Amino acid sequence: MFEVFTWLADKLVFQLLGLSPNTKLGDSLHFFIEDTTKIFALLLVMIYLIAWIRASLNVERVRDYLAGKHRGVGYLFGSFFGAITPFCSCSSIPVFLGFTSAGIPVGITMSFLLTSPLINEVAILLLMSLLGWKFTLIYVLVGMSIGILGGFFLDQIKAERWLQAFAAKAFKAAQQKKAQAVADDNQAISMADRHDFAKSETLEIFGRVWKWVFVGVGLGAALHGFVPDGWFEANLGNGQWWSVPAAVFMGIPLYSNATGVIPVMESLITKGLPIGTTLAFCMSTVAASFPEFILLKQVMQWRLLAIIFVMLLVSFTLVGWIFNVVFPY
Amino acid sequence: MKQIKVLGSGCAKCTKTAEVIRKIAEELSIDVEVIKETDPETIMNYAVMSTPAVVIDEELVHSGRIPSREEITQWLG
Repeated sequence: MFEVFTWLADKLVFQLLGLSPNTKLGDSLHFFIEDTTKIFALLLVMIYLIAWIRASLNVERVRDYLAGKHRGVGYLFGSFFGAITPFCSCSSIPVFLGFTSAGIPVGITMSFLLTSPLINEVAILLLMSLLGWKFTLIYVLVGMSIGILGGFFLDQIKAERWLQAFAAKAFKAAQQKKAQAVADDNQAISMADRHDFAKSETLEIFGRVWKWVFVGVGLGAALHGFVPDGWFEANLGNGQWWSVPAAVFMGIPLYSNATGVIPVMESLITKGLPIGTTLAFCMSTVAASFPEFILLKQVMQWRLLAIIFVMLLVSFTLVGWIFNVVFPY
Repeated sequence: MKQIKVLGSGCAKCTKTAEVIRKIAEELSIDVEVIKETDPETIMNYAVMSTPAVVIDEELVHSGRIPSREEITQWLG
């Protein structure tokens, strides 16, 4: 099904530009053109389709659904909705406060917020087309587990103690009120409305991620063409224990959208970086981001931010170790 | 004079929303006061979860994305 992109890359790089597939430049450029065109085409189609389906889901509904849910189930659903509901990361704070002031436990809200940047339809799409459905499934399960267990852990340590004062106040008020769910004006959405929504979502998300695709595929292409096979094994050790925490630390100052990091992940894996180390690095890049933490500072005290940060680093390290042991590709 | 508040913590979309509203108001020669509200506690008190959001004369009229030209014209009209 994707031969057309290979064909396009062949024509542009090997025929038009006359480069040879045996050169590093030719190889990288071919990879770059093939992957970017393939990804852009897939994005346009899939975002539209998924947005079409998702037209009747919004964060207000998610909040009403989660409020009053029992804790165990709450983490699962919080994480699940985080995975399927995209929102501009500048909405993280309003979402956090909206959930908190509806009385939703901090842990469940965090399950939502932790899972959200890691898993979205664009990421899943890319993973499937670049690395296959098995790996995609693993990635989704890992991402959701981190969200669920992270949320659970935060409630266990009573994270609500460390919210900023105004957020803590809103939370307590909501708990006392035991507010009923706001009456959902359950209007059916017409096909025309779905199309409008899907079209605007497609343009908006595409507009947001296209640069990341270029960056991610560009890096991936450079790795693909210029890093010799087996380089990672020779230089970074064969999945030795310290390479995982090192990978996690390297990912911290880097920030990327999930979209941008996945092509890089593909290149790393095909060049021989162990799967666990790769996962740890990529998740750290996506989820441990300074911009997001600066935003969260508005609603959390330093202590809680630090706890969440450390929790994420530990999670990614554990994920890396477990995968290196269980799946030594 | 209508008072329009644009709620959002400062990302590009929120700034763009305020700009677009001002621009259209100018085109239609309608006198409005456009305020950008970035304080999270204030935004929370309007029960807004997806920014950018638009509040007119203290009533929430829109949230979740940059409003369309038609929507803005309707509010101003």
